[in-house]
Amino acid sequence: MDLQTTIYLFVGASFALYIGIAIWARAGSTSEFYAAGGSVPPVMNGMATAADWMSAASFISMAGLISNMGYGGGLFLMGWTGGYVLLAMLLAPYLRKFGKFTVPQFIGDRFYSKTASTVAVICLLTASLTYIIGQMTGVGVAFSRFLGVTSETGIYVGMAIVFAYAVFGGMKGITYTQVAQYCVLIAAYIIPAIFISLQLTGMPIPQLGLGSGFTGSDMSLLAKLDQVVVDLGFGKYTTTTAGSTLNMFVYTMSLMIGTAGLPHVIMRFFTVPTVAAARSSAGWALVFIALLYTTAPAVAAMARLNLHATVNTAVKTGGDLMAPEASILNESRPDWMKRWEKTGLLKWADKNGDGRIQYYNDKSKNDAFKAKAEAAGWKGNELTVNADIIVLANPEIALLPNWVIALVAAGGLAAALSTAAGLLMAISAAISHDLVKGIFAPNISEKGELMTGKIAMAVSIVVAGWLGLNPPGFAAGTVALAFGIAASSLFPAIMMGIFSKKMNKEGAVAGMLAGLFITLFYVFAHKGIFFIKGTDFLPMIGGANSFFGITPEAFGAIGALVNFAVAFAVDKVTKEPPEHIQHMVEAVRIPRGSKMVDGAH
Amino acid sequence: MDDVSKNYWSAVLGLLTKILIVWFLVSFGAGILFADMLNTIKLGGYPLGFWFAHQGSMYIFIALIFYYAKKMGEIDRKFDVHED
Repeated sequence: MDLQTTIYLFVGASFALYIGIAIWARAGSTSEFYAAGGSVPPVMNGMATAADWMSAASFISMAGLISNMGYGGGLFLMGWTGGYVLLAMLLAPYLRKFGKFTVPQFIGDRFYSKTASTVAVICLLTASLTYIIGQMTGVGVAFSRFLGVTSETGIYVGMAIVFAYAVFGGMKGITYTQVAQYCVLIAAYIIPAIFISLQLTGMPIPQLGLGSGFTGSDMSLLAKLDQVVVDLGFGKYTTTTAGSTLNMFVYTMSLMIGTAGLPHVIMRFFTVPTVAAARSSAGWALVFIALLYTTAPAVAAMARLNLHATVNTAVKTGGDLMAPEASILNESRPDWMKRWEKTGLLKWADKNGDGRIQYYNDKSKNDAFKAKAEAAGWKGNELTVNADIIVLANPEIALLPNWVIALVAAGGLAAALSTAAGLLMAISAAISHDLVKGIFAPNISEKGELMTGKIAMAVSIVVAGWLGLNPPGFAAGTVALAFGIAASSLFPAIMMGIFSKKMNKEGAVAGMLAGLFITLFYVFAHKGIFFIKGTDFLPMIGGANSFFGITPEAFGAIGALVNFAVAFAVDKVTKEPPEHIQHMVEAVRIPRGSKMVDGAH
Repeated sequence: MDDVSKNYWSAVLGLLTKILIVWFLVSFGAGILFADMLNTIKLGGYPLGFWFAHQGSMYIFIALIFYYAKKMGEIDRKFDVHED
């Protein structure tokens, strides 16, 4: 069977599975629609959370980014997993005890104010919508690459699929399809990694392979990689940080608290039966996430080494990397390179006209290295590889069979679709439950509310798809903003709502607005107002990264600090919350008396 | 607030503080601030600081959550506030 047919078969079969599950798990009541009836066991809930959480960005781009960044890429690994410790201990059990469907509902009730819940809805919608646009773009890219259709057609197909199972299945349908999607995506990630780890180190477990010896030499894989990249003028793989130590510190913190504050992740903890289950469910989610996240650094380092070994034969033999015959001849480059050249994501140009491809860092600041490269007759780097193709091209680089490549295609799509569905759920609940039922039409019937939720979801799919078709020139920036908003607005508000009995509505609202505003201000200064090109105002804040060299992606942690500080300052000068709210906080802290989630206000 | 819930809450906060200290030490401590120093030690083929940033902190995070869930169960029962 040829590659294209195999891919159609794998992707088609996986979609049939998801839609079948959605039909089987149709939601009847609002409780089933928003919280799966509060009946999902912790292990399964953990798996669904993992699929919800791991988006196209985790699946497709993360390993490629780490591959380029080296040690500094660890901030994604620690940041996107460490948040679950915060979530498990600081938020999940208490929100489950509170027993309502949504984050704005908690904030509205705890801070006895519709203003607070409206501000929370705004934060939630901004965070979720920006995040979902990236997912729809990812769906389009994955479809177009693997199914041979245009990116636009890819997005339409993706919209239709998400619509089918999110709208009809609700949270219950989404939860069970996400369990299936998790199985597909994790298999697609780990199987190629095992093959490659075996090839390079003889060790089948990638997590151990990364710390093993490089086959055919007496060096460890990482020492070998360090040596190769340093000899080619790049920064040392195991020590190069992301910007500065301070930036890496703040960036990691932002990702952690952003993770804990993302509404579609928090919402998952309303679907478990008890408070105790909410605690362990976060642990199970992290187990399933860590399966991919601990494999990613191995994929990253091995792909980097493989790539250098492909274009420079001296990597394997241990000879002089700069010897003329070490670099491969243009004509003898492998087929997978030719395939990816067509997508424009891999390019080469013979700058010095020697008929060979030299791949090195021509922007090195090391004068001795530059002199050596010049003496070897190298006239600039001749190969550029887009970081996003590392995971997708991985099985091809390692010359694995067609079914593995088809599996990776299905895995990438599963990752993007499951996250998009979870985000749509959070958006739909915020609009129908918190805005329409909570504020505009409190007397709406359960049926009417369900219908509003479905309409809200359909509209968001169309909006997200449209933005995915016409991305206003932002991809990485949007994800950063989603985390920044969640970290600087929602996380501090929920945390203070539980851990500070005396926090009042004035403090919480002022804190959320201050955190949100300062984060948006810093991000927009770099990336333009609402990411519209040309509206950035860097000179006003004194140039790029002017706040102690912190990049806009890393700014969420600062926003959160501002949120806490403003909230406590305002709280001090306004009157304390009413007696019954303080009693409510006491009740939320104690597991006894937890009941099924319901939507009643 | 009655004595039981006061004592319960301070037991919970005590546990959280302990766990957060470990959480901070493995990721921000060993993985970032002291990574260079730890890199002089080798764990198999891994420099230790690099291992904490790319592998170790994630394993410890998982252990922390399950430890937390277990300890909280014990605290709940000790103060008789567990679910039925």
